[in-house]
Amino acid sequence: MPPRILKIPAEPATLLPDRFQAWFAGRGWSPRAHQLALLEKAREDASALLIAPTGAGKTLAGFLPTLVELSTPAIERDASARQSLVSTGRSVQRAGGLHTLYISPLKALAVDIARNLERPIAEMGLPIKVETRTGDTPVSRRQRQRRYPPDVLLTTPEQLALLLSSDDAPFLFSSLKRIVLDELHALVTSKRGDLLSLGLARLWRLAPQIRAIGLSATVAEPDQLARFLVPQPDGKEVAADIVIAGGAAPPLVEMLDTRERLPWAGHGARHALAEVYELIKQNKTTLVFVNTRSQAEMLFQDLWRMNDDGLAIALHHGSLDVAQRRKVEDAMSAGRLRGVVCTSSLDLGVDWGDVDLVVNIGAPKGSSRLMQRIGRANHRLDEASRAVLVPANRFEVLECRAAIDAIAENAQDTPPLRTGALDVLAQHVLGRACGEPFFSDDLYDEVRTAAPYAGLARGDFDDVVDFVATGGYALKTYERFARIKQDKQGRWRVANPKVRQSYRLNVGTIVEEPMLKVRLVRSRSTGSGSTGAIARGGRVLGEIEEYFIEGLTAGDTFVFGGEVVRYEALAEDQVYVSRANDKDPKVPSYMGGKFPLSTYLAERVRRLLDDRRAWNGLPEQVRDWLSLQKDVSRVPGVRELLVETFPRGSKHYLICYPFEGRLAHQTLGMLLTRRLERGRARPLGFVANEYAVAIWGLGDASFMIRNGELDLDALFNPDMLGDDLEAWLAESALMKRTFRNCALISGLIERRFTSEDKSRRQVLFSTDLVYDVLRKHQADHVLLRAARADAATGLLDLRRLGGMLARIQGRITHRELDHVSPLAVPVMLEIGRESVYGEAADELLAEAADELVKEAMS
Amino acid sequence: MPGLDPGIHVFVSVASAWMAGHRRAEATPFFERLRPAMTEQAALSITSTLALDIAGASFAADLSGALFWEAQRLLVVSDLHLEKGSSFATRGVLLPPYDTIATLGRLAAVISRHDPRTVIALGDSFHDRTAHERLSAEDRDAVAVLQSGRDWIWISGNHDPMLPRDLGGTIADEVAIGPITFRHEPTGACGEIAGHLHPKARVSARGRSMERRCFASDGLRAVMPAFGAYAGGLSIRDAAFAKIFPENGFVAHLLGDRRVHAIAASRCY
Repeated sequence: MPPRILKIPAEPATLLPDRFQAWFAGRGWSPRAHQLALLEKAREDASALLIAPTGAGKTLAGFLPTLVELSTPAIERDASARQSLVSTGRSVQRAGGLHTLYISPLKALAVDIARNLERPIAEMGLPIKVETRTGDTPVSRRQRQRRYPPDVLLTTPEQLALLLSSDDAPFLFSSLKRIVLDELHALVTSKRGDLLSLGLARLWRLAPQIRAIGLSATVAEPDQLARFLVPQPDGKEVAADIVIAGGAAPPLVEMLDTRERLPWAGHGARHALAEVYELIKQNKTTLVFVNTRSQAEMLFQDLWRMNDDGLAIALHHGSLDVAQRRKVEDAMSAGRLRGVVCTSSLDLGVDWGDVDLVVNIGAPKGSSRLMQRIGRANHRLDEASRAVLVPANRFEVLECRAAIDAIAENAQDTPPLRTGALDVLAQHVLGRACGEPFFSDDLYDEVRTAAPYAGLARGDFDDVVDFVATGGYALKTYERFARIKQDKQGRWRVANPKVRQSYRLNVGTIVEEPMLKVRLVRSRSTGSGSTGAIARGGRVLGEIEEYFIEGLTAGDTFVFGGEVVRYEALAEDQVYVSRANDKDPKVPSYMGGKFPLSTYLAERVRRLLDDRRAWNGLPEQVRDWLSLQKDVSRVPGVRELLVETFPRGSKHYLICYPFEGRLAHQTLGMLLTRRLERGRARPLGFVANEYAVAIWGLGDASFMIRNGELDLDALFNPDMLGDDLEAWLAESALMKRTFRNCALISGLIERRFTSEDKSRRQVLFSTDLVYDVLRKHQADHVLLRAARADAATGLLDLRRLGGMLARIQGRITHRELDHVSPLAVPVMLEIGRESVYGEAADELLAEAADELVKEAMS
Repeated sequence: MPGLDPGIHVFVSVASAWMAGHRRAEATPFFERLRPAMTEQAALSITSTLALDIAGASFAADLSGALFWEAQRLLVVSDLHLEKGSSFATRGVLLPPYDTIATLGRLAAVISRHDPRTVIALGDSFHDRTAHERLSAEDRDAVAVLQSGRDWIWISGNHDPMLPRDLGGTIADEVAIGPITFRHEPTGACGEIAGHLHPKARVSARGRSMERRCFASDGLRAVMPAFGAYAGGLSIRDAAFAKIFPENGFVAHLLGDRRVHAIAASRCY
């Protein structure tokens, strides 16, 4: 299906009532083509996906059909009936009632949109009531909303799931005409999208008249995204109509041509600090995006250190206190800030003031992501957004170059539509049983109308229902503890009110990393790590991941809240830190960003390397680096895998360059190490970055390859994804974390309890124990299957690793070198430079035990 | 779990230990320890123990979490928490019902390794008062097989104050043998071996950390780790341990993947 770009409808006048035309004119606007196109779609009674850049009046476009429909005389809609009817059961039909449901990924966005809608409604005097419903909405208002629904309700996927699980969902939603899904491109890439799709499937049953409008940034496969908006018939793919807003000026993106020496490794881009500061100074408001919280912290601190002009530069990231973040956002809207250092926390959301420049520090990771970030600058369609990319090292120069070329071609690399996760389905099944009872056959058909679940096998569905009921265990011992039960007709319903209560408390698919509150206190002179005499209380700086703190010992320093702090103690869920005078923190906390290099950009980087002429577009330092690599070793071709071996010090190194992103490389490193060990190459460790994997050991890999003792084709054979992977998964901490998420989302383990149940917190145990036992005794359990599906695309990135191994088969080029090659330098520099991790538990423990021995002997 | 996100995965302690010139000769054995995941077979063949002297008696701290007294051919396990899974199930949390099988399987393995004359289950053998009623016939048979040919003592704990009379063995509140007293809840008495607290310890270094069950002992008394598959843990830095080890100079014997490691409690979290 080719994308359909809508022409401006012939007669805007017939689409837009007088009142609206006058309003547009009064503001000096004229309706945009895509806004009219959506009105036309509404008139044709069709669902539509609007793809438009930020600043295109997307939200107004999404709501115009609703506003126009609701502006018609009230008699037709029987407003009096709406006032007098009260929910009494499922069969009550009314005129009026809820007309439009708006779903956004951020509750803050729902609140902002409500505010923005009030204006045209008030100015045109439309009889429309708009309300929000989020986790913060008071109980009394929630109850009122169910009895006397507004015309337009703005909410989140989780709140929709909650509403659908109530008895009066049929009453509430039977009148629904439209659903508007905002930031759809962001929603569908996660399990929240799965949950939303299942909610839509339910809505289509309750109110078949619903038409959906999806609002999205540009994506790689709009046709797939458009499927999300309409019910999928059995065995066929259908999609909503697509409206693409044109007319956006192409962005002006350039790479910082640094005057400084380009670093070989690292991600902080500290070499370019002065230049970034200069950019902030030259522009009105600059957004400086970085990839991780700790990078944001570092950069913010460094910028202030050189801020002789006292520029108003602020910090914004997800771990900061909410009040603190709101303050920054408000200051920005008011135009009081010159620069904001931020993370993906500002990727989404409403427009903030007049941003005239976006600076992206470090690797862009993906072209679509970068385009969306750049779109944060200059929210006016006819003016080009301006952006400067600041690579932090030489490889990132290649990545930035590839991204700029991709943007010039408007090439998108958003991920494909998800296959619906089984743990999310389990949560939905329980939610369905909390509302109206259902027959398995009916629910199976309903669920498959959701695009992500269109291909769901009956066996998987039945396993999920079985799991929700009694745990889905081969050992059938839990029949009497069932959470959902079948009545005489065979309809499933929830077994008791406690189960319903637990569902309501645990709805949602966002599993938060366990977080600890960070409090600033006065330092104790000696820190022993015990929770003894420390001044409790102290100002809250924000929240930090528990696992990060677990890796620290008292006295370690790290950056948080824009300053270097010393870890003092941990007590319950509070971390106590004091101000440290150190300039550099002892524990670096670069957490490689949430997203790996996209497959598409990786391929472009490989092509760039392979194309000598394209090198001319690179900075001289990078050209020299690549030329030297060509002379002493080889520059890898587009499809080949370059493997280099060389000795260094008393060890032997093997470096390979798959360019498949950090996650896939970590998995590859783990598996290669196992294989080399079996092959008696005696590996000692490895590091992985976005581009390469470096393994070192005692065995002379060069010698072994020369003598046929080590066969690289065999080493990189895709069969490593068989037994070796299985063996590793048994003990992988990443796999255990993946399983934990599935256990929480599916409802096996509760995350939240009612207040009288709080004591249960104390008897909670690690899901790792459950994983170990389940894996050993029922390896094909539906939750393990769900975890495995997650691992394929998530933290272990197995799908990508598999694709790479298939691609390079028979295309491995080996270079035996006397010493490290230029291309290997960046990954070699990572060794021992970042906070490190291995899965060899015994070695860490043995090291600690040695200290005891030393202590005893001294 | 540190390092789940960091870009770099390294067997760093391995490398650094080697680089420091430590135990170069051991380089090969450690690759043995890095071998692919423990299979059931491997778990059975592991014989790793660490000597642990308590009040003058010589014990071996077994990697499984059991304690073996060679001189008496006495094996002690604590806090089996059998049927913890089904106990949660009664409240709607449907944990996999395999914890009893798993726990008894590991118990069978350690018994076959040491072939003890006497086995002491040091309290909280059953997760709740009715847990024994939920034991399957197979599990009951498995217990009977373990008991045959040896003395078996069930010591009562807070979870199982009323021990079942129909599961073989002798029932006791505590047992004293020579200088050693076995009881469920630790009092801090000299020569006492207890359980109840489920000690675990976390060791951190350079931004990564590892948490394991452990024995806690200062040479005069010991608290044993929980043996049950679903038994959680309490950090040895909790105040409860300070009461038992007044000098605060105790050692945690952590259960690693292939070895038991003695680490000063002050070094742990």
